[in-house]
Amino acid sequence: MSVILTESVILPDFSRKEILRYAGCLNTSESIDALLDKCIERSRSCFAGKVCFGVFDLKIIGNVCDLGGMKIESADLSKNLADCDKAVIFGATVGVGIDRLIMKYSRIAPSEAVMYQAIGAERIESLCDAFCRKIGEEYGGTLKPRFSPGYGDLPLAVQRDIFSLLDCKKIGLSLNESLLMSPTKSVTAFVGIHK
Amino acid sequence: MDFFRFLKDNIVCLDGGMGTLLQSRGLKPGEHPEKWNITHPDIITEIHKSYYDAGSNVVSTNTFGANILKFSEEELDSIIKAAVSNARSAARCSVSQKEKFVALDIGPSGKLLKPLGDLDFEDAVSVFAKTVKLGVKYGVDLIIIETMNDSYETKAALLAAKENSELPVIVSNAYGEDGKLMTGADPMAMVALLEGMGADAIGANCSLGPKQLRGVALSLIENASVPVVLKPNAGLPKVVEGKTVFDITPDEFSDEVADLVKSGVRVMGGCCGTTPEYIKLLNEKTEGFTPVPLTDKNLTVVSSYSHAVKFGDSPILIGERINPTGKKRFKAALLENDMDYILNEGVNQQEKGVHVLDVNVGLPEIDEAEVLKKAVCELQTVTDLPLQIDTADAVAMEGALRRYNGKAMINSVNGKSESMDKVFPLVKKYGGLVVALTLDESGIPSTSEGRLAIARKILDRAAEYGISKKDIIFDPLALTVSADNKAASETADAVRRIKNELGCHTSLGVSNVSFGLPNRDAINSVFFAMCLNSGLSAAIMNPYSSEMMKTYYAFRALNGLDENCADYIAKADSFAVGVILPAPGGERSSEEYGSELKKAVIKGFKERASEITRDMLCNTDPLEIVNDEIIPALNTVGKGFEEKKVYLPQLLMSAEAAKCAFEEVKAFMAGGQKASNRGSFVLATVYGDIHDIGKNIVKLLLENYGFNVIDLGKDVPPTAIADKVLETKAPMVGLSALMTTTVPAMEETIKLLREKAPFCKIIVGGAVLTRDYAEKIGADGYAKDAMDGVRFAESVVGK
Repeated sequence: MSVILTESVILPDFSRKEILRYAGCLNTSESIDALLDKCIERSRSCFAGKVCFGVFDLKIIGNVCDLGGMKIESADLSKNLADCDKAVIFGATVGVGIDRLIMKYSRIAPSEAVMYQAIGAERIESLCDAFCRKIGEEYGGTLKPRFSPGYGDLPLAVQRDIFSLLDCKKIGLSLNESLLMSPTKSVTAFVGIHK
Repeated sequence: MDFFRFLKDNIVCLDGGMGTLLQSRGLKPGEHPEKWNITHPDIITEIHKSYYDAGSNVVSTNTFGANILKFSEEELDSIIKAAVSNARSAARCSVSQKEKFVALDIGPSGKLLKPLGDLDFEDAVSVFAKTVKLGVKYGVDLIIIETMNDSYETKAALLAAKENSELPVIVSNAYGEDGKLMTGADPMAMVALLEGMGADAIGANCSLGPKQLRGVALSLIENASVPVVLKPNAGLPKVVEGKTVFDITPDEFSDEVADLVKSGVRVMGGCCGTTPEYIKLLNEKTEGFTPVPLTDKNLTVVSSYSHAVKFGDSPILIGERINPTGKKRFKAALLENDMDYILNEGVNQQEKGVHVLDVNVGLPEIDEAEVLKKAVCELQTVTDLPLQIDTADAVAMEGALRRYNGKAMINSVNGKSESMDKVFPLVKKYGGLVVALTLDESGIPSTSEGRLAIARKILDRAAEYGISKKDIIFDPLALTVSADNKAASETADAVRRIKNELGCHTSLGVSNVSFGLPNRDAINSVFFAMCLNSGLSAAIMNPYSSEMMKTYYAFRALNGLDENCADYIAKADSFAVGVILPAPGGERSSEEYGSELKKAVIKGFKERASEITRDMLCNTDPLEIVNDEIIPALNTVGKGFEEKKVYLPQLLMSAEAAKCAFEEVKAFMAGGQKASNRGSFVLATVYGDIHDIGKNIVKLLLENYGFNVIDLGKDVPPTAIADKVLETKAPMVGLSALMTTTVPAMEETIKLLREKAPFCKIIVGGAVLTRDYAEKIGADGYAKDAMDGVRFAESVVGK
């Protein structure tokens, strides 16, 4: 049986390039740069990266992945996890702070809200990258790309199983009726560890 | 002995971890521990018993996640019944000679409340109420609400406990490494909220070890007048040989916690990773300690979801601008249900430096209770300032207080019996700092002596309701000096006497003093200074008045409240009169844009756009400004966006600058000629969907182009949309959905609209939609972006 751990993860520096990509800005300009600077400064202290996860033994029979007793039927997930004998299941969030900023500015200055959306997207992705790097180092293997509920034929409803398995509320993560998560800048995923 | 009495005179020992012990006995990840009450009663009873044997006075039932969101009614009933019975038999079997109590344990619902999540506040109250009622039914001695990481959910749980039982309630929160709850509250804010609502003990548990929680515990001890609870984890978890272990030993743990008991913690225990051994040692080490006596900290505070504001040190500024009295533009916004206008007033006042926002939406033509509740909830999505609920309508007051996330300021009660009987029960139930006006059935006494007499009467009556004087702040009323030349000095005298003779704080609506006089700012600010000097604790004032702000910062500097005069110096520049902001950035001159205003809009300079528009309005027809300046500038940007030369953030910056210009035009025309209206457009994010940024972008642009947008918000049921379209006869409806899971709600809304309001054209948009999909669900149009929405609207009403 696997144990579920929660961890705080230190976030790497902001990547302006990634943020602008998420904001749909192919080129930058003086005004966009100024807006980005302002939004990064205002949001800098509102991020707290937290992850809950477990590492599970993996068996794949046909299209069914058996992760420490949790069975998930999905051809695409099976394909993604092929050749792995272990997989990490994790939930990650950068917290509610960025949601507050998005909420606030979507009412009073949508241009900034768009920037906060982009910053939040960049932060949660960089949190997942940092966490996976660490797992890769600890388990000494190469990792498969992250695979989340809703990708390919893996139903969003798998969120329910992940939430009950990982006890995500410990990192402040909750699942809405719509199967999306609060805080919004959060990710759940499977990551295969290569043999 | 009853628990109230025991708590008053003793150090109370709670139990330690349950979940971690169950895991070591085979509870699997994903399995509900609460079910073990029924399937493994022997194990649960044995664990409870080992805690009683270790010296615990209180054992919490194994019901942390026992709520109606996880279990059916029947299951929930049998789980709680079994849980209480297990704890009771453990108490009976224990060899311990100590006082033994059984507490109903209530943990978080597992859902995040709106607006951050999707659980409605009242639904959360109902969820907790179900659990509380069952705990009462099966006879627990007290309730422990624990591990809550959100102040709003904590409030819902405490309200449920208070409304459905007479039992003592202990409330304990999970603080993070930053010393705050996940949703932002610090310990002082939680003390304000929870003491206000009548929690019997307040504390911290879980998340961290005793070392890391030390700061939180000391802050709670410093601020709380009720007993403080501390129930830390056994340090931080790590994995050793495939098992979770915690990093501090029973010995270290009990040393740390015992030390904090010495400093004033009155209710102690352990959370994750602690075992009966930890609790046994903790009991041994605190044996013979004299409980640190409880003292009333006598703090006058209000709070928001993030912080508390304390009265008595530096004067508190309460922004008065969210109030329709005498403001045409504000009235118009309320009548049009234009919440954004109110939110902007909130944010702008915060930027000016106020500490509390007064919220008054009283207009005879509107449903005040509904609008006030909405305003309070929505203001809390854009500002973290505590709010002052300002209404004469008790129903509106209760609705707003109930939903408010924090301890509110309440405006107001007065010396009339009727007023006190209406307001005090609400203050008692929901907590709050209530402004008490020194007037009664016979009016406002002209002397300070008379006002003091009313103040005493109010304090006596409040005491009968169990409200202490720290939660009353007196407004001795500023009367008009032009009508009575002693008015100002009597009021200032009343301020001094209320402070010195009654030991109470005061708040004053300053500006009434200058009514009927020219250059009111001069009178107001000097009167403000007089009252500050008499000991005034707070003022309801206009933060846009530079005279008032000058007085405030100068007073603080002169009274030793501003270290190195730093705040004064930082603000000094903004006091200068008639500063004209230089046009920021930009190499191209305004000629290349056609005009100054066009340039400001195209470049997205909000302040410039307002300023230039204001100047132009002196000698230009408003409609000319709109049609010849703002709209062409917007078109330039909109065209650039469609040609992919301008990106979304730039388009929006221009739209926001245009909105600022429109605001000036609206303010100029308010009450008179109606601003251009090209037709009504009902806009909503569909039922089940809580994402509204895209919808808000569309709204901004539609308003820019002169459409009357009726914004129904997010998560809107189909019937509400159809009803509004029928009521307003709007020719256009825009629906937004972000998620595949909410597209069916969109389809359902379209069906209903076709049936009830066949006259309206429907356009849809959102991340998951495509043109094909839009057609399939029966929409008239599909908007890939906000400009598409504008083009659609123009095609419906004609250019």
